[in-house]
Amino acid sequence: MAAGKTGGLKRYYDLNGWLFVAPSLLLIAIFLVYPILRSLYLSFFSGKGMMMKFAGFGNVVRLWNDPVFFQALTNTVTFFIVQVPIMITLALMLASVLNNDKLKFIGFFRTAIFLPCVASLVAYSVLFKSMFSVDGVVNSALLAIGLISTPIGWLTEPFWAKVLVILAITWRWTGYNMIFYLAALQNVDKSIYEAAKIDGVPAWARFVYITVPMLKPVILFTTIISTIGTIQLFDEVYNLTEGRGGPANATLTLSLYIYNLTFRFMPSFGYAATISYVIVIMVALLSFLQFYAARDRS
Amino acid sequence: MNVSRLATTALQYVFLGTAAFLSIFPFIWMVISSTNRSIDIIGGRTGIGDAFGTNVANFFAQVDVPLVFWNSTKLAVLATLLTIVVSSLAGYGFEMFRSKARDRIYALVLLTLMVPFAALMIPLFMMMARSGLINTHIAIMLPTIASAFIIFYFRQSTKAFQTELRDAAKVDGLKEWQIFLYIYIPVMRSTYAAAFVIVFMTNWNNYLWPLIVLQSNETKTITLVVSSLASAYYPDYGVVMIGTILATLPTLLVFFVMQRQFVQGMLGSVK
Repeated sequence: MAAGKTGGLKRYYDLNGWLFVAPSLLLIAIFLVYPILRSLYLSFFSGKGMMMKFAGFGNVVRLWNDPVFFQALTNTVTFFIVQVPIMITLALMLASVLNNDKLKFIGFFRTAIFLPCVASLVAYSVLFKSMFSVDGVVNSALLAIGLISTPIGWLTEPFWAKVLVILAITWRWTGYNMIFYLAALQNVDKSIYEAAKIDGVPAWARFVYITVPMLKPVILFTTIISTIGTIQLFDEVYNLTEGRGGPANATLTLSLYIYNLTFRFMPSFGYAATISYVIVIMVALLSFLQFYAARDRS
Repeated sequence: MNVSRLATTALQYVFLGTAAFLSIFPFIWMVISSTNRSIDIIGGRTGIGDAFGTNVANFFAQVDVPLVFWNSTKLAVLATLLTIVVSSLAGYGFEMFRSKARDRIYALVLLTLMVPFAALMIPLFMMMARSGLINTHIAIMLPTIASAFIIFYFRQSTKAFQTELRDAAKVDGLKEWQIFLYIYIPVMRSTYAAAFVIVFMTNWNNYLWPLIVLQSNETKTITLVVSSLASAYYPDYGVVMIGTILATLPTLLVFFVMQRQFVQGMLGSVK
């Protein structure tokens, strides 16, 4: 009797548990699980528009022989390999300076540095495009302080276009990462720093030997989300280059290439789906690698 | 000793000051530029001009501002409310009713955080096209409602929800859905506020998916309008600046009013 009652109670609770999560699971199944599997399926088909035929690994062969794909892959990898470490270091430095209560105007600095996170990706890309024009405000300023002698073609030279994209993303996301570090630093016991200071440990050594190891889990977390974000880079390059990823494909990312293949040219759904799986594999691989590299060696 | 200490402090101020200036400058640039002619903006003019009225007039002439603003607001608010309801139900459910099966499913849900949107957009687009939902706001909302990140956020926050409250309510004979509605939501209102801010921002700024789905002027959002104004062959940057101001103002406002909730919402995951 008692056993039957608890069994019934258990079933009752289990039913409730399923009811609460059901709407989310249903939506995730339809709009996430199904599409990701469907992409995999599509990657075995070739053809334009809705006229598709089975192609086996034909798309992989096409991928292998597609110089534009390799360009987009190289660009995407360049962006995150160069940008993510710069941004994480910068954010860590800002956070550790801002963690000092003795400085004045701390609240102002914190809000100011965090402010870019509020800007929409489209709006700030457009602003950057206007600021970095050949005769624009940035070139004028650099000329005025004598850092350069001729204007830089930020939007016309492949190398500088890449630099511009990296500058732009760094502007937008450094404050975002900084907030995570600031929050984490708040939980670090201040006396550790005091003790190190009394022992005469210089500021840079406190940063390298105390701050960084203490924040390791947060650094790992932010590195992973930043990497995933940069691998999917789209809004910025689309709006800096009128959707072309120019000059000469120098800023074409994988996401932009997929978009162009699908919605700009005559759609090649199957081929675009194949490229999207390159992103899936990259994200999975890199997340795994970063977890592996940062695991506790105990 | 004292001199080096002073130098360190000065260096810190220079570092922070530079970072703060660079962070704010584009916003100042946006406001100054809205008063200048396109040619002056491209020419790097940093003074305040007299073209603000012309730019606003041109913007209103080219864009159906009330409609576009209504589209953006309606989409962002509706999508945000739906996301919060559905995802908080799940966060609560996963935490309060533990079972082996659901814990496994939860792990899978978290795994979907890593799925890049690029790998979803083609099937999603085909799905919407087949259902005749292209050019509708429903198509924009549907894929965003169940958010793994917000489910995660609510589950983490639910850990702080006192089970005694729930037990007491059960003794009083409340049903599970009543406990959620009348006890959980009011108690967790700051969690909801933080989630609202963060989801609203995401939806307001949403770009790629609306770019694919919304193809007529009647359905376009402010983000899409700014983007298309700026990608013209000879963009009128004066007009574009008015657009960027209108696109940025609501999020800026939400940020300043709810700064604490915003940061809390962002950090929800690393408690």
